[in-house]
Amino acid sequence: MIGQLRTHSLPLAALLALAAAPFLGFGDGFALSLLARAMILGMAAVSLSLLIGGAGLVSLGHAAMMGVGAYTVVAFDAAGVSEGVIVFPAAIAAAALFALVTGAVSLRTSGVHFIMITLAFGQMAFFTASSFSSLGGDDGYTLYARTEWLGARILDNRLTFHFLCLALLALVWLGCSRLLASRFGRVLRAAKENPQRVLAVGFQPYPYRLVAYTLAGAVSGLAGALLANASEFVSPALLSWTRSGELMFMVILGGVGSLSGAILGALAIVLLEEWLSHLLVYWRLVFGPLLVLSVLFLHGGLIGVIPRTRAALRLLPWTRRNANA
Amino acid sequence: MPDEPLLELNGLCKSFGALAVTSDLSLTVRPGEIHAIIGPNGAGKTTLIHQISGTLRPDRGSIRFVGRDVTALPFERRARLGLARSFQITSVVPGFTALDNVALAVQARSGSSFRFLRPVSAETALNDEARAALDTVGLGRVAGTPAAALSHGEKRQLELAIAIAMNPRLLLLDEPLAGAGPEETDRLIGILRDLRRRYGILLVEHDMQAVFALADRISVLVYGRIIVTGTVDEIRSHPEVRTAYLGEDALA
Repeated sequence: MIGQLRTHSLPLAALLALAAAPFLGFGDGFALSLLARAMILGMAAVSLSLLIGGAGLVSLGHAAMMGVGAYTVVAFDAAGVSEGVIVFPAAIAAAALFALVTGAVSLRTSGVHFIMITLAFGQMAFFTASSFSSLGGDDGYTLYARTEWLGARILDNRLTFHFLCLALLALVWLGCSRLLASRFGRVLRAAKENPQRVLAVGFQPYPYRLVAYTLAGAVSGLAGALLANASEFVSPALLSWTRSGELMFMVILGGVGSLSGAILGALAIVLLEEWLSHLLVYWRLVFGPLLVLSVLFLHGGLIGVIPRTRAALRLLPWTRRNANA
Repeated sequence: MPDEPLLELNGLCKSFGALAVTSDLSLTVRPGEIHAIIGPNGAGKTTLIHQISGTLRPDRGSIRFVGRDVTALPFERRARLGLARSFQITSVVPGFTALDNVALAVQARSGSSFRFLRPVSAETALNDEARAALDTVGLGRVAGTPAAALSHGEKRQLELAIAIAMNPRLLLLDEPLAGAGPEETDRLIGILRDLRRRYGILLVEHDMQAVFALADRISVLVYGRIIVTGTVDEIRSHPEVRTAYLGEDALA
């Protein structure tokens, strides 16, 4: 238990900080919407981390699943339906179905081919969204109203929305961790490292991967539905492949192989992007090199910073005595 | 029927282009016997193993295993019927502990693996059986070590433990002694000797001393063809085998 707390100390601290943020001067509308965005993208990043780090499936079309969730909200909104009991399950189911169908095809390939085919499916979704003129086409669609819950407009309250996102993010993290530690997860992890061995003991990895892909799609669909509500606006840019790349970068920056790393990665990227864009006009000139440096020098990602620092401290002469004592 | 063979290959043929790597090959493995296959490099031993395990489809011929035709069954389905294969190049899950490597094999035959929430490391039934298999091959003391950190010989033992944990009918061992040092070889031969009678074993091996020490029957494979099958003594004294394959040293 204590070991668990230790390995997850950084993400737990991040979640606590998110819980305290509204009461520490980050309670204005702007800060809350920024944090909500970070947490929502964090959910999608955790589900992508489940695929990349857990199952070895490097998908470059993950934003499309988020987009399917968001556009489901939009489609219902255009039809005059904004009841969450209908809209949210529909968004999750639509994204899961999209993942199931595209996954059924994509998972027949592997390696670079898998990356390319997921990218292709993502682009198909992007152009489909762009061509829906009734849903705004290229210009995007502004929601008439945020989703209601049994007629109550609870998502309109920014603080409620903040804590809803936080709770869901924690739930997604917990759920994905449980999943990876289960029987199902063991087959996935083994198939990532050595598919031949998994076949040899009698498992066909394909159905396990397909279920994981579908579940990750469902989580992203949830994230997409939340994101639509957070910004009350959805445009095809949400499905673009650069967005998928950004999600992948969150996973890598946080640390591949660690689900909670994806949370740190999402927070770091969203906040850094915001901060730099206020500081500089040409902030991307700084942002890009920062990302490159982080990949070069942060082996194991942000999640590995604490254990590495601890290990480095142990090597210093004046701390060594303490460690021995 | 006690005399029914575990594994029966009938007229197996496989060609890559014009090169016939398996030609009209037939052999049987009976329950509780070690049937060794020897032959020079390029004789088609590994191709044969691939066809038996299901990673390669033969062009012609049939494969019967535990009384049913498995010629069209894929690798993992044959594994579930009780065909456990080890690989010429060690194949374990490097990031898993030795115990988890073996527990994965136990899991494969213990109910559905579409279980999503319960931590699998807490399933004592799986771990107990895995530990027993590790003890059988003498790896009990490294159960918690990641497979990647094991020595080469230990990895070979681990592969045997995984095979045993599948509760198989037949072990298909592709050069289990390859790359093992003399001490490790002795230990592995000891383990294989313990395993005989419990499983049928089809053994492909270059180490002649090991083959002569272990095998009940030996088949000699040359250019994809079995030139003779017989007991150790028959093979030692067979003139064609002497000229085709064995040096005088190997018979000493």
